[in-house]
Amino acid sequence: MSDHWLLLSPAGAFVVAAMALFVIDAADPEGTNGTLLSAVASAGGLVAAVASGGLLLSGAATPGVELFDGQLVVDGMSLIFTFIFGSVTALVSLASLDYVRGLPHKAKYYLLVLLAATGMSLMASANSLAVVFVALELSSLPSYALVSYLKTNRGSVEAGLKYFLVGALSSSILVYGISLVYAATGSLLFADVAAGVGRAAADYPGVLGIGVLMIVGGFAFKTAAAPFHFWAPDAYEGSPAPVSAFLSSASKAAGFVVAFRVFTVAFPIGEIAGETYAVDWVLAFTVLAVVTMTVGNFAAATQENVKRMLAYSSVGHAGYALIGLAALTGVGSGATALGASMLHLLVYGFMNTGAFLFVALAEHWELGRTFEDYNGLAREAPLACVAMTVFMFSLAGLPVGGGFLSKYFLVVGAVGAGVWWLGAVLAINSALSLFYYSRVVRAMWIEEPDDSRDIESYPSALYAAVIGAAVVTVLLLPGLAVFDVAAFDAAAALV
Amino acid sequence: MLIEALILVCLVGAAVVAAAPDRLAGRLALAVSALPVGGSLYMYAAFDGSGNALLGGDIAYETFFRWLSLGPYAVNYHMGLDGISLPLVVLSTVLTMLAILSAWTPVDERQGQFYALMLFMEASLIGVFAALDFLLWFVFWEAVLVPMYFLIGVWGGPRRKYAAIKFFVYTNIASLVMFIGFFGLVFGLGDSISSTGLPAIAQALRAGQLGALGPVGPEALALASFLAMFVGFAVKVPVVPFHTWLPDAHVEAPTPASVMLAGVLLKMGTYALLRYNFTMLPEQAATLAVPIAVVAVVSIIYGALLALAQSDLKRVVAYSSVSSMGYVILGLIAYTEFGIGGATFQMIAHGLISGLLFMTVGVIYNASHTRMIGDMSGMADRMPVTAGVFVAGAFAYMGLPLMAGFAAELFIFLGAFGSTVLPAAPLFTAVAMFGIVIVAGYLLWAMQRSLFGPFELEPDDEIGRAPLHDVAPILTLVVLIVLLGSVPELFWGMISDATIDLVATGGELR
Repeated sequence: MSDHWLLLSPAGAFVVAAMALFVIDAADPEGTNGTLLSAVASAGGLVAAVASGGLLLSGAATPGVELFDGQLVVDGMSLIFTFIFGSVTALVSLASLDYVRGLPHKAKYYLLVLLAATGMSLMASANSLAVVFVALELSSLPSYALVSYLKTNRGSVEAGLKYFLVGALSSSILVYGISLVYAATGSLLFADVAAGVGRAAADYPGVLGIGVLMIVGGFAFKTAAAPFHFWAPDAYEGSPAPVSAFLSSASKAAGFVVAFRVFTVAFPIGEIAGETYAVDWVLAFTVLAVVTMTVGNFAAATQENVKRMLAYSSVGHAGYALIGLAALTGVGSGATALGASMLHLLVYGFMNTGAFLFVALAEHWELGRTFEDYNGLAREAPLACVAMTVFMFSLAGLPVGGGFLSKYFLVVGAVGAGVWWLGAVLAINSALSLFYYSRVVRAMWIEEPDDSRDIESYPSALYAAVIGAAVVTVLLLPGLAVFDVAAFDAAAALV
Repeated sequence: MLIEALILVCLVGAAVVAAAPDRLAGRLALAVSALPVGGSLYMYAAFDGSGNALLGGDIAYETFFRWLSLGPYAVNYHMGLDGISLPLVVLSTVLTMLAILSAWTPVDERQGQFYALMLFMEASLIGVFAALDFLLWFVFWEAVLVPMYFLIGVWGGPRRKYAAIKFFVYTNIASLVMFIGFFGLVFGLGDSISSTGLPAIAQALRAGQLGALGPVGPEALALASFLAMFVGFAVKVPVVPFHTWLPDAHVEAPTPASVMLAGVLLKMGTYALLRYNFTMLPEQAATLAVPIAVVAVVSIIYGALLALAQSDLKRVVAYSSVSSMGYVILGLIAYTEFGIGGATFQMIAHGLISGLLFMTVGVIYNASHTRMIGDMSGMADRMPVTAGVFVAGAFAYMGLPLMAGFAAELFIFLGAFGSTVLPAAPLFTAVAMFGIVIVAGYLLWAMQRSLFGPFELEPDDEIGRAPLHDVAPILTLVVLIVLLGSVPELFWGMISDATIDLVATGGELR
């Protein structure tokens, strides 16, 4: 039993840090010691990341260990994603030290971040539809509040409201889908659902099919996949930039980890769309992947606002990651694409977080929002601009960071699963993304600054977070070797 | 570990130079870039490889360890050189050093960043030619784009932003097409390979182990992959009709970047064609021999005609590269000893000669601030040494005996004429040889208008002498071109040894 608690230590780190923040806030509600709050929150994230990374590499969770009568499972995939959540939480908490320095309710801010992270780590381990729903709500409710944290800022409040309304709608759709699946199969545990799904597909194909499609829809909302993405640009643009980083990296990855587990474990495609046909969710995800990456990238290419461009690019990357599910066609080994998808979300956790944190830095300097406002920035802040260049080129799939490898792994996965045309769609989108990502780079390095702006302070915590994310992004190019075996093994264990 | 040491020197040097103050950056970069030159020359002197690295030859300076897993395949860190790649590594290091020296005059702002990018590019280029695992090779292949984007975008001419992004997106799409084509082959090979190593894949393909991929049969798969890779590499080479990015990139790029672009980056395309298409899929190449030869000959003639029509000296040199690369393609598709060997030799020769011409145009531009042929006349009067070098470079291009261009073109024509793979080989060769006449036409005409006659210069009439550090690199290149032309054996032995295995296949094909 002690082993079990050890396996839950990453989630425990989030909880302990959250409780510590509660206590600090209760003891000294008027306290302005942001450094302590940020340090506690960052430490919580860091411990969670180190613990999950250590457990992953030690092989303690291979094969997966079921806890609480199978309600939770800790395996390679859950640890990889908990590592992402921990890293992103640490980076965001560190960067927030400077970002929320002068704002009220700082303790609540960090607390909400950690509670959301707790929910995400449970999502990664959820092994029954009930736990999925509860964990999803645990991560979503703090997120709504975080988006509207700048409560005197109209944009922030509007974004929060929009995010909340759309999120509530998607949660209700998801929970209704879950109830239909329960009606058809008689269970909420993934293993039992999987056992009953073949029979349910024969007896109640309509109920099961609609239930599964509603679950697909619920996850499409959470991962900001088109056509359910329209909340994302507004929410990411209106939120405080560190929160945008948190949501677009960690929250999105949480949506994916649940989708990976639910569909591969609970709804085996051979049973649900084989001889007895209820619904072909691989086809549904193929359509979602193509639409999402195309919509995201084309919309990103037309933006003038950097943060909004990043928001749409985040939609595009959701489309790339969906290839992991769309490639489970049964031809070749779908595990390659699924593993590549996990690796992409891992690298994305660093490069996308870093990019949004750079925007936080720009907001801190009050530079403005458009590409033109970044003109010539490299002359004043060369180090931060090198970091941003790394993020942009890594997101675009150039070999300055791990995003290069993970993106091409996805192409390889698609080709290997016989859906080479999906790889080709990714290729076209990727070339387009090079155009808009390089606009940021061009502004920083090539354009001349039109007026002399005044950058007085270089906020050290925000800088440390941006540089740290860049260093990890670069190191993940050779260093993807640390995670690749774990990711492909985790994927192979699922399919 | 010698290759890794060279790459590391370039990368560390790049970081140091980036942080150095501008007045030191140029000299520091020159000193750093001399180290890989020494290293590559040592590797040349101590070269003990034999045969083709992909076909079971002895690989020199080999490093091998496990790097990544990619689903069912291992990705290894596998580097090494053979008689094809070693000359190209030497070319890269020498040309980078000379290009850095030639940058001293034209580059006068953000010098630390400029030289750092040059060194970063050198590291990537060495990697491209030395990597023997597909994914590792692809990392370096794409990494080259990043410094080139900045070199064109920051230090380029008036339309530099357009040229930089065009170069970037164009070549990136090409890479993606090629990537999908190649992995079609990898998955088609199924269990017969366990890694993405190029030797394993090449040998498995040549042993006929390609199977079906999903509904696509092996023959259709091989043909589709061949086409995807050919198109991907053809953009880089470039051949007509994929050449439209080249004049923009060249004209806007600063001189040292043009030197690297024409001298080494274009060779990446032909090197990859040789390593992938022509080594791994010879039967598909033979099937498509006529269309490929047509592409080659059209590039030769059309590129030369485009050069003839230009009024900008740099554009003349830029389009002439399209023409010269056509010869490389023609030599490759011949599948004879002199054809493939000559094509490889031409990569080196053209690297030196086009580098020389771009640098010379740069020296003239530094002094006169114009490249328009109509604006200048009688430049030989004021810049006798530079003009002499230009004439030498032009004659090397036309194939004057005892210069590198002569040896290369002679090999290619000999090889192409006797090809058994290419139907109507003598006809294609004859048409291609006619390209030389046009080359002579545009170069002599351009020189006659700009270098000779009475001295005139728009807008201001007086120019100074070219400084020593402008003239030194071009004189060095002339010496190297004559050396390679008089003693082709310097590289021919190892090139021939590394390409002879390919020829045998070609002979069996028909």
